[in-house]
Order: sequence, then C-alpha cells, then structure tokens
Amino acid sequence: MKKEIICIGCPMGCYLTIDYDGKTIQNVSGNRCKVGLEYAEKEISNPERTLTSTVRVKNGHLPLVSVRTNKPLPKGRIFDTMDLLAKVEVEAPIKIGDQIVENLFGTGVNIVATKNVSHKG
Amino acid sequence: MSDFQSRVVDLVVIGAGPAGLAAAISAKKNGVNDLILLERNNWLGGILPQCIHDGFGLEVFQEPLTGPEYAQRYIDELKDLKIPCFLNSMVLEVTPKKEVFVASPEGLFCFIAKAIILAMGCRERTRGQICIPGSRPAGVFTAGVVQNLINLKNVMVGRDVVILGSGDIGLIIARRLTLEGAKVHAVVEIMPHTNGLPRNVQQCLIDYDIPLLLSHTVTEINGLNRVESVTISPVDENLKPIKGKEQRIPCDTLLVSVGLIPENDLSKAFGVELSSVTAGAIVKENLETSVHGVFACGNVLHVHDVVDFVTLEAERAGKSAAEYVLGKSQKMDRIHVETGDGIRYVLPQNICTDADLELSIRVLCPGESVSIGFFDDQKLVKTKKFVKVHPAQMIKVKLKKSEIMALKTLKVEVLQK
Ligand SMILES: Cc1cc2nc3c(=O)[nH]c(=O)nc-3n(C[C@H](O)[C@H](O)[C@H](O)COP(=O)(O)OP(=O)(O)OC[C@H]3O[C@@H](n4cnc5c(N)ncnc54)[C@H](O)[C@@H]3O)c2cc1C
Ligand code: SF4
Repeated sequence: MKKEIICIGCPMGCYLTIDYDGKTIQNVSGNRCKVGLEYAEKEISNPERTLTSTVRVKNGHLPLVSVRTNKPLPKGRIFDTMDLLAKVEVEAPIKIGDQIVENLFGTGVNIVATKNVSHKG
Repeated sequence: MSDFQSRVVDLVVIGAGPAGLAAAISAKKNGVNDLILLERNNWLGGILPQCIHDGFGLEVFQEPLTGPEYAQRYIDELKDLKIPCFLNSMVLEVTPKKEVFVASPEGLFCFIAKAIILAMGCRERTRGQICIPGSRPAGVFTAGVVQNLINLKNVMVGRDVVILGSGDIGLIIARRLTLEGAKVHAVVEIMPHTNGLPRNVQQCLIDYDIPLLLSHTVTEINGLNRVESVTISPVDENLKPIKGKEQRIPCDTLLVSVGLIPENDLSKAFGVELSSVTAGAIVKENLETSVHGVFACGNVLHVHDVVDFVTLEAERAGKSAAEYVLGKSQKMDRIHVETGDGIRYVLPQNICTDADLELSIRVLCPGESVSIGFFDDQKLVKTKKFVKVHPAQMIKVKLKKSEIMALKTLKVEVLQK
C-alpha cells in the first residue's frame, strides 16, 4: 500500500510517500532527513502527537494554565485526554514543568504545565 | 505636553513581545545600561502566552517549545539582567526628536531617548477590511481573538464553525476548536494554495478530517442575531466568485483569519518611512529605519511565521541600537534592493555596510526546485537553488562581503525554468 503524508518534524514540511504492507514499511521517499524516516515509521506502526491544551486553575492570577504532554501521545488517546483534562482543576501556584496528570491511560505519558501561574493577589 | 514627567534615557524599547524582549536583552549585553522596556499589557511576551501549541524554538533552542515556555526563557533572562520594564504602559506618541510619551498607572511620562527600538507587533485584519457582505450578526470573530478567549479566558465561542483563511493561525485555531468539542465544517481559502506551513495542514486539518476548500471564499454572512450560515463560492483565476456556484454552510460562528498588519500608527506619525508591501518600516541591514537612531524588529517590521526569526532579528536590532548609542560610526545607504518577478519582498530594503549580510526573502507563489537570481545591472551575479519555496516560509540568503563589495545595484528575482 501507498500512503502520502506531510512530515511534521520541522517547518520544511516534506511530502513523504510511504510504501508499506500492514505494519511493515518497504520504502519511504521524499524525506530530507532521518527525522522524517522515523516519523513515517511511527505513522504506520503507532501514530503519535504532542497534545497541548489548558486546565482550570483555582486561586490563580489567571483562570487557566496551559499544558502539554511531556512526550507524544498515541493519536487514538487524544480525545480521551481532552475529556479527562476538562475535569481537572489545579491549585495555584503552578510552575512550568509541574506535573498535572501522571501516566495517561497507562501510556507512560504525563501532562505538564507550560506556564507559571502565581497565587491570586 | 507639560503634564508629563520627563526623563533622559539611552534606549527605549516599545513592546515586550518576543521582539522587544530579545532586543532589550541584546542591547544590554552589547553595553547599553540605561534602557527601559515599555509594554501596554499587564504581561510580558506579547502574543505568545495565548499560543499554547508547540513548535516554537526549533531554530533557537533546537527543541519544540510552546509559546508560553518560549516567552518565559526571555522573561527570566530579562529579570536576571535587571532590565527595567514598565507594564500597563501605553506609548501614545513618539516625536522625531525621539521623545516617547507614555501613559502608565504611575502617571504620564516622557522619555527623551538617544535610540528607540520599535517592537509593537501586529494586529489582525478584520471582516470590515476585506468587505464580506451580509448581515452583521454576532458570531463573527478574528482567529486571534478566539485563541485569546479559549486559551486565556476559558470562553468557548461556538459549536459549528467555518474559518476563512488558511494561514498558520487559522489552521491552529481549527485544531484547537475541534479539540474543545466544536465542529469545524471547513477552512476556506481564496488562494489556490494554503498560506500556512504544510506541517500545520497535516497536524491541524488532515489529522482531524477538517476539509480545506482552496480557491473558495465566503461571499455572504447570513443570520439575524447570530450567524446561521455562511455562503461560500469558488473563485476564478482573478479571485472573483463564480456566479451560480454558491453553497450555504450552516454554522453559528465564522472566524476570519486573513492576515496581520504591522502596528505602525505610532511610527508613521513621527515620520518613519513605511514600505507599501510589508506595511513595516523601510530599513537598512542594521534594522535602522529612515529616522536616525530608530530601529524596528519583529512583526512590526514584517510579519514573521516563525518566532525564532523574530528573536534573531530583534537581537540584531538590539546590537545595532547599542552601536548607535555607544557612538560607533554609521555608514550611508549604498544599494537599494529591488524586487523582480515572483518576489513579494526582500529585507533589508537598503544595504550600506560592506560586511557579510543575510537577506530575508518572501516569494509570491509556492514552487518546487526554484532558483532565485541576484542581478547587478541586468547581469546575473548569483543564483540560489531551493528544493521547495512557499509564501508562508521566509527564505534566508547570505551574501558575502566580497559579493556585496562588487555590487552597484541589486535586484532579486525568481528565475524562469
Ligand atoms: C494570533 C497569532 C498567533 C500566532 N501564532 C504563531 C505561531 O503559532 N508560531 C509562531 O512562530 N508565530 C506565531 N505568531 C506570530 C508570532 O506571534 C510572532 O512571530 C511574534 O509574536 C511576533 O513578536 P513581536 O514581539 O514582534 O509581536 P507581539 O508578540 O505581537 O508583541 C508586541 C507587543 O507590543 C506591545 N505594544 C504594541 N503597541 C504598543 C504601544 N503603543 N505601547 C506599548 N506596547 C505596545 C503589545 O502589547 C505586544 O505585547 C502568531 C501571531 C498572532 C497574532
Ligand atoms: S523530513 Fe526532515 S527536513 Fe523534512 S520535514 Fe521532516 S524533519 Fe523536516
């Protein structure tokens, strides 16, 4: 089978063509570096994305803190994670890198803060 | 303006987005100790705190950071260097004598500066500026405003959305709205190509099955109190809607994401010469504008797609302002850079020094295996080949001192195959 995707590894955005059979890759073309190759392999075996969103904050100088996954999350878990984050509320102060949710759905991926939020007042 | 307390200062930086932060840091590191940074918002970082997605910092830090994380690195450095920064301080006017009038909670100030760095960023073009006919119901927003509402204020704007404009901001907001539970029915783009980076088409649209309608535009907004639908239509090669091919998309929200305009009202009012193409100042390679001792960088100079380039440019502006303040000799403009076929703009517009130089170039159309030619008086003196070019991606080309010394004129053009 053939699949055409755009590499998200850097702003170059190479158009990759992947020849594969089930989960085995036969050939990748169009990539300009090895990041593209690894991305193509992942897209066939287990596509992953970094997810960024926000979480509500109690007693903060801002009502929300921005968050991200500390590593790419299996694509199929993105909406489950959004549902879960909608229920989370954290207490200020929060610092960049603070862990907000640990081990999402047993994937080993954590949610961490990407903004400092100080206590209100 | 006698109610203003005045103070003499070496350097004033206007705007504390990524450009202003990096410019102030660089000026200080290059020897300017008496400087201040002025920001009208009550936060530092400009637009970055609302850009919660990742992809910032690949060039400068070699790691993908989110907007707030990227900004924090510079905010921390600004604090370490003890650079004074006034928040909630709006610059009202600048004069050709480099007096900077500011309204702040502490009162009205006039800073009399040796040098000024303009780093005011840009604002979004609105529905009015592109003239979409129809009623004026609620539910029409610009993409940046929606990004601010969702990411900073926890306010959702609608359930069924159409987005006009496929620049990066439009693409990123399409994904964000989808993640937050809205249905994005289409991203509509008048051009035959997207104005966003290909990677954002993949990770923001294709990943979420959001249709991208190229060569289409919104011809009417329908609804009484709230948007009920928009009418879209394909366009011909002159970008005019083709009659009889209209189609209605029911929706409660239309986002307009049709470009940014450098925020140059202040600059224009005190005589800074602006380019009609970039809507930013005309600069030399040291980023000095037509007013001596006034420098510009970041989105107020030209709209950047990657914040890393904003930072790098701002660092150069900070260094140039430092050289000016410290009285290093200035050279005269020697060459005016002209643009030929296929080129939207080249920065700097004027070259004066005889040193190595980097040009920032934007092309008009996307293309593969494209050559860009550099002409001196009709004679091709240099060619640069690119595997791929895209209007959304700034091209950087280095010119060596020896190459510049040999030039009398310079014209940049896309070469015909
Ligand atoms: C909605 C939006 C989304 C974007 N998303 C991305 C992205 O995903 N990735 C990316 O790389 N780039 C993105 N960009 C572009 C990115 O924001 C710019 O590259 C970068 O922020 C430009 O930095 P800047 O400092 O020039 O401008 P800004 O960040 O806009 O900062 C300008 C600052 O100047 C202040 N200011 C203006 N006028 C005055 C005045 N009169 N007095 C005092 N202060 C003043 C403003 O309040 C603001 O804080 C986005 C831009 C916008 C508008
Ligand atoms: S293949 Fe390499 S160069 Fe091409 S987009 Fe991916 S990371 Fe960038």
